[in-house]
Amino acid sequence: MEMKLFLLQRLTAMIMVPFIFVHIGVIIYAVRGGLSAEEILGRTQGNGWWIAFYTLFVISASIHAPIGIRKVLREWAGLSYTTVNLLALALGVLFLVLGLRAVVAVGGLA
Amino acid sequence: MIRSVHKHKAYFAFLGHRISGLLLGIFLPIHFYVLGMALEQTDQFDRFLKFSELPGVKVAEWGLVLLLAIHLSFGLRILVIEFVQWPTPGSIRLNWISWGVVFSVIIGAVFLAGVFGS
Repeated sequence: MEMKLFLLQRLTAMIMVPFIFVHIGVIIYAVRGGLSAEEILGRTQGNGWWIAFYTLFVISASIHAPIGIRKVLREWAGLSYTTVNLLALALGVLFLVLGLRAVVAVGGLA
Repeated sequence: MIRSVHKHKAYFAFLGHRISGLLLGIFLPIHFYVLGMALEQTDQFDRFLKFSELPGVKVAEWGLVLLLAIHLSFGLRILVIEFVQWPTPGSIRLNWISWGVVFSVIIGAVFLAGVFGS
């Protein structure tokens, strides 16, 4: 299982590399002159590219982050494999649900 | 001379990558939750965005951008070390660490210039 999780984390990392460059660009562009719901939602709602981009981003991050946190909890907090596995799974589900909800909200899919 | 592994530049990169990842992992659900407010609580979402205009919050955002840039550049080094062939035995790309820091500082500066410069 460790090998599979290792590869899954690296695979999601590779997917996210270009995404993060774009995301940083979006952040820098979006914060200029202040943020407003109208401005953000006007740019994102109903934008198919935005929705596809951030859906894949959320899925990748929801796989990537819990695997990393699992490793840290195992190595630094000394928790058992059973505990870290359950925690990582719970975090993954939490990230995925909250993240996809955010995409639905900001992408105007509701 | 062999130095203690904890004083090694690669250990600094390991810590930087791990701690930035952990902090981003804590921020992520909050970020998603706030964006999810746009679904039903548009007023609250707008109030939060107004709150985010406070200079102190902008500095915190700058910290998050820095964390993301650090995690990206140090993570990129790990991917290259793990998946790209090593031309020489010394190819642990130590110079990538400094370049990663330089890249992150530039990104942070561009962010601050965008926020406070306009």
